Amino acid sequence: MTTPIGSERPDEAPLETLMFRIIAEIDVAEARRAARHIAGRHGFKTVQAYGFATAVSEIATNLVLHADRGGVIHLTAALVNGIPTIGFTAEDDGPGIPDLALAMQDGYSTLGGLGCGLPGTRRLVDTFAVTTRPGEGTRIACSLTRI
Amino acid sequence: MRVPILKLGRVLLTSLPADLTDQQVMDLQIDALALLRDDRADGLVIDITAVDVVDSYMARVLSETAKMVGIMGGVAVLAGMRPAVALTLVEMGQNLIQMETAFDLEGGVAKVQRAMATRGGHRDEPPEV
Repeated sequence: MTTPIGSERPDEAPLETLMFRIIAEIDVAEARRAARHIAGRHGFKTVQAYGFATAVSEIATNLVLHADRGGVIHLTAALVNGIPTIGFTAEDDGPGIPDLALAMQDGYSTLGGLGCGLPGTRRLVDTFAVTTRPGEGTRIACSLTRI
Repeated sequence: MRVPILKLGRVLLTSLPADLTDQQVMDLQIDALALLRDDRADGLVIDITAVDVVDSYMARVLSETAKMVGIMGGVAVLAGMRPAVALTLVEMGQNLIQMETAFDLEGGVAKVQRAMATRGGHRDEPPEV
């Protein structure tokens, strides 16, 4: 159920990949900044760039709060069928999401948050895929195509 | 680094930097509430002109700050949100920002002053020394 991004698809030409280890909040700020810049470098306009950076921020903060040892975020830029596409993957070896369907619902939160992290992020990007295994970890992959 | 808070009359002013962490906002919350408690001001205007990412966590801390200020008897206003930030917040979900807002700092200050006037004025100024 994971949507492959990066060089996994044959019709894709990878442009760049950046890796960030997310452990503390300061790492989130760095990934967020880089997300904005990668969007800018590949010609994404303000609204898309801000939306992408917000999605990265949201998921990166999840890594800090929910995954015991944090996680890794890869930011990617590629040409998909000749169109610039940016994306990110977030991987952790945390506790996993026990009930994914529930976590994807608006208003659900385990830590008393606003409960719009995952569903909100999904609305900010074009493709969104989550794979999670209880006790083993979670992988989230998102991508956004330039308008 | 803590976000500085300025004081203009009975209103506290603060401008959030572009790359701030949720922790910095929480520190700001503590600093602002302490100033209100010490009778130094009646309200707080948080300017986010420089901020380009407001995720749900940031929105939550900001809204909670406003709620705390409100419970204490003051008013907190969020000012200067960029259009792209507003658009992103609307896309993400409704009611992410649960506080008073204003177009800019000036509007924010006016809003605090108006709100305090309707509530029967601010607390007595401490005596001149």
